Amino acid sequence: MTRVYVSGDMASVALGADDVARAFADAGCEVVRTGSRGLFSIEPLVEVETAAGRIGYGPITSADAAAVLAGTHPARFGPVDELPFFASQQRFTFARCGVIDPLSLADYAAHGGWKGLEAARALSPQLVVDAVMGSGLRGRGGAGFPTGIKWQTVLDAPASPKYIVCNADEGDSGTFADRMLMEGDPYCLIEGMAIAAHAVGAAHGYIYIRSEYPFACSTMRAAIEASAHLVAPFTLEVREGAGAYVCGEETALLDSIEGKRGQVRAKPPLPAIKGLFGQPTVINNVLSLAAVPFILAEGAEAYAAVGFGRSRGTMPVQLAGNVQHGGLYEIGFGVTLGELVNDIGGGTASGRPVRAVQVGGPLGAYFPPSMFHLPFDYEAFAQAGGLIGHAGITVFDDGVDMAHMARFAMEFCAAESCGKCTPCRIGSTRGVEIMDRIIAARDSATAVRPEPVEGRARASTGSARTEGGYLGKALYSRAPDRIDVSLEAQTTLLRDLADTMKYGSLCALGGFTPYPVLSALDYFPEDFGATAPIKEAAE
Amino acid sequence: MDAFIEGWVAVHGDGRDQLLPLLHAVQEEAGYIDDALVPAIARALNLSRADVHGVVTFYHDFRRTAPGRHVVKLCRAESCQARGGAAIEVEAAQRLGVAMGDTRADGQVSLEPVYCLGLCAIGPNALVDGRPVARIDAAALDRIALEVAA
Repeated sequence: MTRVYVSGDMASVALGADDVARAFADAGCEVVRTGSRGLFSIEPLVEVETAAGRIGYGPITSADAAAVLAGTHPARFGPVDELPFFASQQRFTFARCGVIDPLSLADYAAHGGWKGLEAARALSPQLVVDAVMGSGLRGRGGAGFPTGIKWQTVLDAPASPKYIVCNADEGDSGTFADRMLMEGDPYCLIEGMAIAAHAVGAAHGYIYIRSEYPFACSTMRAAIEASAHLVAPFTLEVREGAGAYVCGEETALLDSIEGKRGQVRAKPPLPAIKGLFGQPTVINNVLSLAAVPFILAEGAEAYAAVGFGRSRGTMPVQLAGNVQHGGLYEIGFGVTLGELVNDIGGGTASGRPVRAVQVGGPLGAYFPPSMFHLPFDYEAFAQAGGLIGHAGITVFDDGVDMAHMARFAMEFCAAESCGKCTPCRIGSTRGVEIMDRIIAARDSATAVRPEPVEGRARASTGSARTEGGYLGKALYSRAPDRIDVSLEAQTTLLRDLADTMKYGSLCALGGFTPYPVLSALDYFPEDFGATAPIKEAAE
Repeated sequence: MDAFIEGWVAVHGDGRDQLLPLLHAVQEEAGYIDDALVPAIARALNLSRADVHGVVTFYHDFRRTAPGRHVVKLCRAESCQARGGAAIEVEAAQRLGVAMGDTRADGQVSLEPVYCLGLCAIGPNALVDGRPVARIDAAALDRIALEVAA
């Protein structure tokens, strides 16, 4: 019987992989559902096992089964690993994803699984923490805080019990690495958490997964049950989120697990000292924990040997949005933004020129192609006024209206703010209003009108007529003739508001929303109605 | 539903941290979390009604009114916008005859916003009654409209 591999990843299923798998099963094949290899332009992907190894075909529909099995289908491209997209990667964390049956313990063990946990258990907790410290691993959730230091703090904390919490509330648009790993190689995350538990002396762990990832929730639950005997006495459970983006912030996530509104806590105390239920808690992102088995199995030096500056190891970069070859690309730090977008991603899917990329999700900066020389490195991005975040890159073509994207950033912050601090809660709503005025002023300045009227009145009547709803009311309730709605005044106000949000917010939601807003304003001033550059880009 | 809540707590425990799992279970069972159930939930976990109300209203997932027979969750986040999501959102509202965030008057379909399904290179994306659908275009919207008419 011919064995074929078809991804059961949520993205592959969204593209029709279930129908494809059924067609091959009906044709008498043994169908193994894997995770995704991570290149979506070839999904649904079918790999046929032959004497010469696994031969890939993609994209495939259910009607193609016969031609694929005859080996004559035109979408045949040979071994997946030899495609340029995969051949140039350094897959440390995602080595097994797309290759193995995610829930097969035998497959996991045969592909190097549990070696890291075995190595860790042969070491004292301190030596495990030392290994993680020595690898230079930094938190992959976005902040880039050294994982080893976090673990050391929890190890040194005298209180008991201690907890391991995995932050799988991957809410950033343009990111899907956590989801792919949990669906494609769940034991890798479990092994990483078991190593963390050994290192700090924790007995129980939680994986907090967003509800938008139903496949990841069910795969992780099944994997926890199947591997319970291997990680015992450490125990694990999945907690499902409920659609609140802010719960990706670590202290809001802890409150959410405790059954409360997902509101951000003031720090200190750090979660490492007083975290879940007030106890010392290691809280790490999926990718941080999933990097740990490699570090323990292959040695801290092997991990630290790759990278750039103070960013060591690999980063699973996610190419998303309007990009030709979107997917997951794991590579050592230091690769440039341009290489990722143009060489690996192949530019836009629409075939139009790239105008902007947003790196790091809804709180990340928008960069124009003139910044494509930036190396992927925590410090380099921070210096350029942006952030790597969870390493999602969303590509936009020249059809994008950057003022609209800046407005969306504020709108998203308003919708998702937990409400605890004023700069975020109120500032985001005021930000939407300012952006509405800027867009209205811009549009009325460019619109051809039979009777040109004076600037201020023009903008307010224009917006009241076209916007209506709450904006119209907001403007009228605050006596529109008293608001200077000129572009210049509103832009100044926007910068002032961004400053307040950046320095006054309790967490990154309000604090980083200014990144997409101000980067859009600085790099794309023409979309904000400015005739000349407002500020020199790239200083 | 009171018996359901009591039974659930008997199996999963009555700690405060069980509130979100219990709310998920109630919504799964009843389709939404009726305000009338809040006292029973509060009693089961030894919380105040205000406390439970605060949690129910904080999280976007929890509904306080019955959803349509079919639920279409359409992604509004940046990566889907980069692939024409805003136009698809307008078109979806027209085809389904319901505004974003609303349930159609006949109770047949709800159109809800979702911020990212993690399928960001193949958008615009949606969950149609929990089933993921990618690369939504006019033809895909036709299929979805047909599906939710049933």
